[in-house]
Amino acid sequence: MCLAIPGKVLEQFDKGGLRMAKVQFGGIIREAALDYVPEAKVGDYVLVHVGFAISTVNAEEAERTYKLLEEMDQLTELNAPVVDEVSARKPQ
Amino acid sequence: MKYLDEYRNPRLAQSIINEIRRIQTRPWVIMEVCGGQTHSIVKHGIDRLLPDGIELVHGPGCPVCVTPLETIDKAHAIAARPGVIFCSFGDMLRVPGSHGDLFTLKSQGADIRVVYSPLDCLKIARANPEKKVVFFAIGFETTAPANAMLVFRAKQEKVSNLSILVSHSLVPPSITYILQSPQNRVQGFLGPGHVCTIMGYREYEPVADRYKVPIVITGFEPLDLLEGTLMTVRQLEAGTDTVENQYSRALDRDGNVPARKLVNSVFEVSDRKWRGVGWIPKSGYKLRWEYRDHDAERIFEVKEIDTNEPAICISGQILKGIKKPHDCAAFGTICTPLTPLGATMVSAEGACAAYYAYGRHLDKQKAEAGAELRGVA
Repeated sequence: MCLAIPGKVLEQFDKGGLRMAKVQFGGIIREAALDYVPEAKVGDYVLVHVGFAISTVNAEEAERTYKLLEEMDQLTELNAPVVDEVSARKPQ
Repeated sequence: MKYLDEYRNPRLAQSIINEIRRIQTRPWVIMEVCGGQTHSIVKHGIDRLLPDGIELVHGPGCPVCVTPLETIDKAHAIAARPGVIFCSFGDMLRVPGSHGDLFTLKSQGADIRVVYSPLDCLKIARANPEKKVVFFAIGFETTAPANAMLVFRAKQEKVSNLSILVSHSLVPPSITYILQSPQNRVQGFLGPGHVCTIMGYREYEPVADRYKVPIVITGFEPLDLLEGTLMTVRQLEAGTDTVENQYSRALDRDGNVPARKLVNSVFEVSDRKWRGVGWIPKSGYKLRWEYRDHDAERIFEVKEIDTNEPAICISGQILKGIKKPHDCAAFGTICTPLTPLGATMVSAEGACAAYYAYGRHLDKQKAEAGAELRGVA
């Protein structure tokens, strides 16, 4: 769980004062906070750890790392349930 | 894809291995610190590709593994209380405490939820104001900025029903602890790439200087690990002891400054117990006093829990690089990922679980069968 997963920033938005983004990891899109990488913009690749981008990387690096993590079966955290206002009210 | 093919070019890997063989004049023991690196090394058989005499030993850098049994039992005690929603990263749910794991507790009716990001807990806390929402905040330095942001936002937005159970570990004090052990065998380190993405590597410089060991901050891809090993062997052969950065494409000496700043405003350094190892001074984080209203240990007043680890388990010596999984009589027999006896088997990033996942327990069985046959002959 301590590895960061590379993904592509698809869009940016503000959510309750946090700078958030939709980030694409292979076929999965999840939200991530961009507050720790102020330089990141749409189209950039970022290393994301537990919903926070911690570093920017180039496209080749992102692709290579993603494939390696896939081979190592280290992408399962991306499949954790999405919490929204409706699902937040119910036990999983 | 061309770049990928080139990067994984086996000829490049072979040329790095040849260079290590060319410069090596004596045996060296090198520790990779991070569990992700251990997983990659075992998966790709990197330790077996290296020349004889270059031994990789596996360090304590897996946050799931080193979370003390007492803390897991505290988590269970809190999660079992009525009116509590207990949130955790998925990896922690299968780690057995003294009385079963969080999955079992969940199946018995406790409201336990897997979250992708700590920030999900804010949504859960806002949607359930009548409940107490607790997040199991485990991790090394890589995870600290995410956990710190959760608490920072909770305080700022006055989400008073949210707290965290902190179990944070720091890498440099654990390296120092290993180097201070009278049994220490480690002569050089592959430092943890993603931890240093946050922290940079300034704090490793006094460690390298004081204990006269080279530390090479290294990524976790096969060629990164080979290159990091070559850089470490070069220093060992030359008798130098500096911190070098093999993983410069992801980090620099200062790390992520905004992330570190928030971490330092929310957490302060504290002593901490590591599963299998024991107490290491100043090796963890606790919440600062200003954030005490979000400290689950304070809110729930869980008393100290006495725990017992199986005497047969040698995970402490494995985490310090003194022993390897094959040195353990229980490895792959009574201790497996489904029935783990200790720290290094409870998560895929632990050395024993990685050895098991890639079939190395079968090597042991084969070797034992061979020895038996030779005995008969």
